[in-house]
Amino acid sequence: MKLLNRCTLIAGAALAFAPLNSAFAQMLINGAGATFPAPIYQKWFYEYAKVDPAIRINYQSIGSGGGQQQIRAETVTFGASDGPMSDADLAKVPRKLLHIPTVAGADVLTYNLPGNPKLKVDGPTLVDLFLGKITKWNDPRLTGQNPGVSLPDQDIVVVHRSDGSGTTYIWVDYLSNISKEWETRVGRGTSVNWPVGLGAKGNEGVTGQVKQLPGAVGYVELIYAKQNKLPYADVKNAAGHYITPSIESVTEALATAKIPDDFRFSMVNPPGEKAYPIAGATWLLVYAEQQDAAKGRKLVEFLNWAMTKGESMAAALDYAPLPEAVQKRVLERIKTIKY
Amino acid sequence: MAMAESDPNVAGTIPRALAGRRFGDRAFKWFTLLMALTVFVLIVLIGCELADGSHLALRQFGWRFLVSSEWDPVSEQFGALPFVFGTLVSSAIGLIIAVPLSIATAVYLTELAPQWLRQPLTIFIELLAAVPSVILGLWGIFVMVPWLRVHLFPWLKGAFGFLPLFQGPIYGLSMLAGGIIIAIMVLPIITSMSREILRSVPGLQREAAYALGATRWEVTRIAVLSYAKKGLFGAVILGLGRALGETMAVTMVIGNNTQIAASLFAPGNTLASAIANQFAEATGDVYLSALFELGLVLLGVTVLVNAFAQLILKTFAGPSVTPQN
Repeated sequence: MKLLNRCTLIAGAALAFAPLNSAFAQMLINGAGATFPAPIYQKWFYEYAKVDPAIRINYQSIGSGGGQQQIRAETVTFGASDGPMSDADLAKVPRKLLHIPTVAGADVLTYNLPGNPKLKVDGPTLVDLFLGKITKWNDPRLTGQNPGVSLPDQDIVVVHRSDGSGTTYIWVDYLSNISKEWETRVGRGTSVNWPVGLGAKGNEGVTGQVKQLPGAVGYVELIYAKQNKLPYADVKNAAGHYITPSIESVTEALATAKIPDDFRFSMVNPPGEKAYPIAGATWLLVYAEQQDAAKGRKLVEFLNWAMTKGESMAAALDYAPLPEAVQKRVLERIKTIKY
Repeated sequence: MAMAESDPNVAGTIPRALAGRRFGDRAFKWFTLLMALTVFVLIVLIGCELADGSHLALRQFGWRFLVSSEWDPVSEQFGALPFVFGTLVSSAIGLIIAVPLSIATAVYLTELAPQWLRQPLTIFIELLAAVPSVILGLWGIFVMVPWLRVHLFPWLKGAFGFLPLFQGPIYGLSMLAGGIIIAIMVLPIITSMSREILRSVPGLQREAAYALGATRWEVTRIAVLSYAKKGLFGAVILGLGRALGETMAVTMVIGNNTQIAASLFAPGNTLASAIANQFAEATGDVYLSALFELGLVLLGVTVLVNAFAQLILKTFAGPSVTPQN
C-alpha cells in the first residue's frame, strides 16, 4: 500500500513537471577536436550552462585531426584544433572558416639527471639534441650554458611523443623556426619522422620514460610538468634571456607574437623580453556563415562569453589567456559571424 | 538424419507433421547460414571500407607502399615495411615464448597436476586473460621494462652478445619488450584452448598406451599430444591472431620508432600501434589515407599468415591427426 502511494506520488510529480521540461527543451550544440584544451573547454561549457540554461554544448575531444575533419564535413557546429589549418586544407572547406584562438600552452624540456638541477638551454642546443648531434650530457655546449652544474659523462636518450599531438606541433614548430636544417630535414607536423629517440604515448608515456631512464630528455606540456612536479629547463628566447616557462611568460609570448588578420599564427620565438619561446595557441573553428540561425546566434553568444568571462578562468587551469588586445580583435571578428 | 530414422516416434507420425518438421529444419538451416554469413559479410565490408579509405594512398604509392621504409607525415611519404616487419617480429617473439609455456601448462593441468591444484591454476590463467590490455601496458612500462633493462637485457647481451640480435644500446623499450608483452597476452588464450583440447582426448587413448607399457612421457607424447596436434595448432593460430592485432600494451612498450633494426633491443613499431598512435591527430587526406592503408595491410598480413598456417597444418599435420577408428 505504501509502495503504491509512493509510485502515484512519483508519477504525479513527473506529470506535473512534464510541461516545465518541454519548456526547457535544450538546444544541443556539438563540437569536437583537440584534446589539449579539453579541460578548459569542459569547464567553460559547464559554467556556461549556468549562464544560459537553454543550450547545452557537447564537446568530444577526439583530436585536432578529427576536429578539422568533422567541421569540414559539417557534422559539428564547431571544431577545435591545436594547429592552424593549412592553406591546402582550408581550400577543401565548403565555406569560409574562421579560426578563433582561445588559450595558449607551452612545451617544456624535462630530463632525468642526478639531483635534477635547473638547466638552461638555447634553441640551437635543443635542435642538436633532437637531431642526435649532442649525445653526451657533458657536451661543452651544455656545460657552457650551465656553469656551476656538474653534468655527467652520460649518454643522452631522447624521448618524443609516438602519438600525433599538438604538443609535438609546438615543439617542432619551434625547432623549425630556429633551424633551417630541422625545417628541411624534419619539418612541422603533429607527428614527424624523428631523427633519433624513443617514442612514448602521451605526456604520461614520455614522463614515465624520462623518469625511468637515467640521462633521458623529452618534451611535455607545461601544465603536465607543473602538475607532476617534473624538472624543466629555462630556454633562451629571441631577446637573449633565459626564461622560465610559466603562464605569465607564455601570455607575454602571446602579447608580442605577430598575429595576422586570419588568426592563423605561430607564436614560437617571439621578440618579447620576457617571452617564453616554445608556446602555441589553440583554436576553435567556426563557419563565418552559420547555416542554422538559432544555433548560430547561441554559438556567437557563447563565443562572446568565452572571450570575456571564459578567458579569466584560464589561468586557474594553467592555460595562458589571450592578452586583452588580442581578445578585442577576436571579439571584433566574432561580430562578423552571420546567422 | 540417422537419429530421425531410428526414432520410433518419428516413424509413426503423420506426413503433415513431417512436412512441418521439414520446414522447421529448413528454416533452422537458413537461419544458421545467415548467421554464419554475417561474419563473412563483416570481413568483406571491413576490407571494402579500408580499401575505399585508402584509395588515395593506393593510387599515389602503389606497390611502393609495401616495400618503402620511409614514414614521413610532413613530406607525405609513406611506406609500411617497418610496421609489417615489427608486427611479424613481435608476434613471432610472442609465440616463441608463449607456445611452449602454454602447451606445457596445458599438459600439466590435464595430465599431471593433482586434482586439487587444477581448478585454482585454471582460474589464475583465465584471470590473466581478463586483464585489460592498457593495464598490462602500464605494468609493462613501470614494472616489466625497468626490470628487463636492468636485469634480463644486460644478461642476454653478456651471454649472447655475439649475435646481432642482442647488440646495441639497451633502452628497455624495445621489440623484445613488445614480444614479451604479446607472449603474456596470448599465453592464457593458448593455454585454455589447449587445455580444453587435451581434455577432449579420449581416455581410451591413454589407457591403450599405458597397456602397451608406455611411460607417462610416452603416453603424453604419443597418445595425447600427437592425437591433439591439429587442435593445438588451431589454438596457436588463434593466439597468433591476437598477437598480430594487439595494440595498446604493445604500443606502450615497443618504443615506437619506425625503423628496421636487426637488434631486438632496438625500438620498433607495429601496424596496429602506428594506427592507434597517429589516427586521432592525422590531418591531410594522404596521411589519413596512408593510415587506412596500414589497416588494409594489417588485414592482408593477418589473412596471409592464417592461410600460411592452415597450409602448414594440411601439409605436416594432415594424415596423422585424424582419429584412427
